[in-house]
Amino acid sequence: MSGHDSKYFSTTKKGEIPELKEELNSQYKDKRKDAVKKVIAAMTVGKDVSSLFTDVVNCMQTENLELKKLVYLYLINYAKSQPDLAILAVNTFVKDSQDPNPLIRALAVRTMGCIRVDKITEYLCDPLQRCLKDDDPYVRKTAAICVAKLYDINAELVEDRGFLEALKDLISDNNPMVVANAVAALAEIQESSVRPIFEITSHTLTKLLTALNECTEWGQVFILDSLSRYKATDARDAENIVERVTPRLQHANCAVVLSAVKIILLQMELITSTDVVRNLCKKMAPPLVTLLSAEPEIQYVALRNINLIVQKRPTILAHEIKVFFCKYNDPIYVKMEKLEIMIKLASDRNIDQVLLEFKEYATEVDVDFVRKAVRAIGRCAIKLDRAAERCISVLLELIKIKVNYVVQEAIIVIKDIFRRYPNTYESIIATLCESLDNLDEPEAKASMIWIIGEYAERIDNADELLESFLETFPEEPALVQLQLLTATVKLFLKKPTEGPQQMIQAVLNNATVETDNPDLRDRAYIYWRLLSTDPEAAKDVVLAEKPVISDDSNQLDPSLLDELLANISTLSSVYHKPPEAFVSRVKAAPRADDEEFADAGETGYSESPSQGVDGSSPSSSAGTSSHVPAKQPAAAAPAAPAPIPDLLGDLMGLDNALVPVDEPTATSGPPLPVVLPSTTGQGLQISAQLVRRDGQIFYDISFENGTQGVLDGFMIQFNKNTFGLAAGGPLQVPPLQPGDSSRTLLPMVFSQNVSTGAPNSLLQVAVKNNQQPVWYFNDKGSLHVFFGEDGKMERTSFLEAWKSLPDDNEFSKEFPNSVINSIDATIEHLSASNVFFIAKRRNANMDVLYLSAKIPRGIPFLIELTAAVGVPGAKCAVKTPNREYVPLFFEAMEPLIK
Amino acid sequence: MPVAASAIYFLNLRGDVLINRLYRDDVGGNMVDAFRMHIMQTKELGTCPVRQIGGCSFLYMRISNVYIVIVVSSNANVSCAFKFVVEAVALFKSYFGGTFDEDAIRNNFVLIYELLDEIMDFGYPQNLSPEILKLYITQEGVRSPFSSKPSDKPVPNATLQVTGAVGWRREGLVYKKNEVFLDIVESVNLLMSSKGNVLRCDVTGKILMKCFLSGMPDLKLGLNDKIGLEKEAQLKSRPAKSGKTIELDDVTFHQCVNLTRFNSEKTVSFVPPDGEFELMKYRITEGVNLPFRVLPTIKELGRTRMEINVKVKSVFGAKMFALGVVVKVPVPKQTAKTSFQTTSGKAKYNASIDSLVWKIRKFPGQTEATMSAEVELISTMGEKKLANRPPIQMEFQVPMFTASGLRVRFLKVWEKSGYNTVEWVRYITRAGSYEIRC
Repeated sequence: MSGHDSKYFSTTKKGEIPELKEELNSQYKDKRKDAVKKVIAAMTVGKDVSSLFTDVVNCMQTENLELKKLVYLYLINYAKSQPDLAILAVNTFVKDSQDPNPLIRALAVRTMGCIRVDKITEYLCDPLQRCLKDDDPYVRKTAAICVAKLYDINAELVEDRGFLEALKDLISDNNPMVVANAVAALAEIQESSVRPIFEITSHTLTKLLTALNECTEWGQVFILDSLSRYKATDARDAENIVERVTPRLQHANCAVVLSAVKIILLQMELITSTDVVRNLCKKMAPPLVTLLSAEPEIQYVALRNINLIVQKRPTILAHEIKVFFCKYNDPIYVKMEKLEIMIKLASDRNIDQVLLEFKEYATEVDVDFVRKAVRAIGRCAIKLDRAAERCISVLLELIKIKVNYVVQEAIIVIKDIFRRYPNTYESIIATLCESLDNLDEPEAKASMIWIIGEYAERIDNADELLESFLETFPEEPALVQLQLLTATVKLFLKKPTEGPQQMIQAVLNNATVETDNPDLRDRAYIYWRLLSTDPEAAKDVVLAEKPVISDDSNQLDPSLLDELLANISTLSSVYHKPPEAFVSRVKAAPRADDEEFADAGETGYSESPSQGVDGSSPSSSAGTSSHVPAKQPAAAAPAAPAPIPDLLGDLMGLDNALVPVDEPTATSGPPLPVVLPSTTGQGLQISAQLVRRDGQIFYDISFENGTQGVLDGFMIQFNKNTFGLAAGGPLQVPPLQPGDSSRTLLPMVFSQNVSTGAPNSLLQVAVKNNQQPVWYFNDKGSLHVFFGEDGKMERTSFLEAWKSLPDDNEFSKEFPNSVINSIDATIEHLSASNVFFIAKRRNANMDVLYLSAKIPRGIPFLIELTAAVGVPGAKCAVKTPNREYVPLFFEAMEPLIK
Repeated sequence: MPVAASAIYFLNLRGDVLINRLYRDDVGGNMVDAFRMHIMQTKELGTCPVRQIGGCSFLYMRISNVYIVIVVSSNANVSCAFKFVVEAVALFKSYFGGTFDEDAIRNNFVLIYELLDEIMDFGYPQNLSPEILKLYITQEGVRSPFSSKPSDKPVPNATLQVTGAVGWRREGLVYKKNEVFLDIVESVNLLMSSKGNVLRCDVTGKILMKCFLSGMPDLKLGLNDKIGLEKEAQLKSRPAKSGKTIELDDVTFHQCVNLTRFNSEKTVSFVPPDGEFELMKYRITEGVNLPFRVLPTIKELGRTRMEINVKVKSVFGAKMFALGVVVKVPVPKQTAKTSFQTTSGKAKYNASIDSLVWKIRKFPGQTEATMSAEVELISTMGEKKLANRPPIQMEFQVPMFTASGLRVRFLKVWEKSGYNTVEWVRYITRAGSYEIRC
């Protein structure tokens, strides 16, 4: 029974478009029809056949329904690009909307609504008016949806022409499908309007509930979803609705079932009788379970929703935990969701069985799933105190298998278990210590170190164990460094012997002098002060009893949960986010494709903080999330102004005196990011940013005097930093009158005063004047100012360098919000930032660019940039011998390809 | 908002657009490029069927060698969208004669465009019943068997049937012989621990119906389920007949079944569509009769040898038999050599799925069969392997057997002309995911 349409895709030798044109104007009907099919085939594979517009539209006046539909399809696609010609079709549309055949009348109205050309919209009104009152329900149901289409194009027109009233009348239509579509249209219109348009009264409620029994499965979904906005007046009203909706739970269509569940859950809030509620819970369980035998994608949606439902009403599925056991062949996304629900349903009654399952999963192949299973065991231990011991013995069994990631994950959860049940399970510490050498993940390391510090007095060789970690202190990630610091202090307070004392000195030294991490340094100073002034107080602080934790991971806030439950079955319930978090209310711009993408990128929901307004100059706000404490030193300053100047020497490691102010210079340019807000600077506001001009790095800095007096004698000093950047001359700022501001370009030089540790682009700055205390602030620059003019590589040397670097040195990152609209413009833009173009190639529909850049000390970056023109998202791969600079590099690169 | 889609794309495995339809203006014309780049060409493919990129959400499913992608930008109804895709594929299959793949799409693109226009309007699913659509959407070469007229003349009351209360059946059908075929098809799912404890076990069954009935018949189906029987007894105020009854955990019905009536009277009454359809689905977890017991023993003899012994017992009636029994026993990747002994059937090593595959064509009830295998492994110095092996999996079908014990008690047909009907009932049980850990 199969068709043979593929022949229409074959191309001819002669120019395609002229040939088609000829065929479209053929005198033979069949030939014309074939030609239109070829046009549609060409359109399908993405060829531009808009030039045939007139010829295709000429085929519109036909008795052949199939041909007519094809022409209409063509119109929907191209009317927008040819608005003036589209008007040619109007007459036929109007005529068709009065055709004796209802299929043609409906087709005309349906298609006209899809052509979003203003001129056509005007002509749509009269036919629509007629069709809304058509004798044939098929035409009416199509017209109902058409009102929603029209409202989307021109809301005013819909209201002026009284279509809303006509639509409301259709709710009383005798045909259930017309009712359903009218409801869908009204609900949609209501969504985009602030005025009440579609209010469900008890009268409409009755009508909708009646139509519910008779309309198609999809109509039932429309009606049920619109009912979810109805607020029942009292318990009886609610019970009445629930009674009418409950039979829908038996429907084969999962969307009907979930929408029914949504209504029942909402109305249950009002029902006071516990019997009724219990009974409803009982009725909802089987249909929810049945959803798990649907297609995996539907299972996933169901599981995400069940996750919400069990948070609200744990009793519904309390006895059904077995159905959430994972099948070996379940897709990973189904398994992960099942696991989450199993944790939620685990209870003292079923924990033994659940643990057996978790143990089984912890030995499967998929690493992510295994980790989640191990974590699940820990979460059950924290949740169920009577089962904690059994959970721990399972964890110990898993540790004994000695699979590295299992062990690390187990240690992380055991740390939480210790915090939940202090002084209960410490006997297992010895077993944990056996795995010490294999820990390579920061979180696991940090957890182990925490355990050693917390129980230092019970571990005989705690000092040796900690010491082994201390050797690598400077290279460790911040998370581990912080734990090491705290654990060493704990050890020292518990065992104040010679060994720990030496350790603590080494650590404090490391954490104050050698590090750039302000968090770590702050904590180290606090400990240092505490230990040197009052060791007893230090004990009280550091060894204080900790509050007991509970398992609240993955629990949603009650008000959010209620909002999500009102959105069951929708995207919101799948993402577990309220709709406004991912739906943009802004309407898309006119369909010029490039603009549309820019639009999608901007209005789209993005998880990272905004990247600054001006794409070419990354603002200092970008990426502050990873450097939260940036503001802290500055914030602390006004609180204790006195001791700070004294500390300045050792705190900042400044060797040279502050540079005095000389003659003033002024520059102008785009506004700079604020680094010291006036609230912190007692009226003085400082904005600054590193910039690169003609191969030279400057600190573009501006001062704004918001104090009551004159400020003068400005001096500036930079702390040691990754690149050894220092002031290349004195800061030139004139005395500032109240309300005045001044902006200057301070040339920067590279000194030998380079900080060690992981590279970062953080610049710690101290500024001083004659009237105020010293201000400290952190400025997070971007690596791209360091990209040198000498970064261009020859093609051959690029290739050699690329090959000579091991694959371990290759890193890649997605820039989901980046859009490349033109390759040439991008190349030009990048080379202006000293990222030089080397070669490009095309791979499928993607463009691959090869680029190079270089930062001081001759560190090269070999870049491969993959993107499709006009499509959001780019992939950036980079190879460099100095891999520690890679995160900084990506940070700098992303705003450049905005 | 019950909108299900702003656009729908059909892509082949390379990511070429086979056909697409934009229903709403709120997503860009080539959003599909974002899908290709961020999902198809990354490891993300298959890790989650709902993804957000930029301001749009992508919902996708793979069906044979085609990806079907729905794009939305509003808070759409996801279950509605996925169900729409499933139903649309069923519809296309019914039009193309059973297959749905890249070739079928290319060969029928005009028809698909026409159907896509009909089954969804502005993102709202409309009538997707093949039965009704075939009345007025036909193509040369693809004409439904009962339509002898040229496609340009639509059936006069087609539009009424699309929107009618019985939107799944057309009027005026006439058959010389009125027949109904019922197929009760069960799949039994099992997860058994290595010690032989049943961890999870359930049966999902469906009743497939093929109707060749004249006019507008009303049908009523009676099963041996407990609640239905009790209700019936209560209504007729007489004690329920003794005999085996079963408890259904859950049932779902085709849209033709009157749900309100089922809810109040527990009777399954309906006006069936013409031809073949799935009347109902049910699920049972209590009192499942497992057709097979599997007893594996696996011994590791040193680092390079394994001894595998699997005994399978059939526990259904001696007069019945199972067909197409396959037992798959997973073995390590580094398997080098295998040797087998079986009491019936044939076994071999299949390296592509790392399993020993033991096939028995016909397996009578109340018997048992064993396979012993010796497996030699290449010794490896490799990293520590996980203790666990994937479960043993089993396939089979047992005709005239239901794992749930479900029986059709009666099927009554009323039609105003009062004709006689012939009813045929078949039962079959298949393995769903029948897994035994080892």
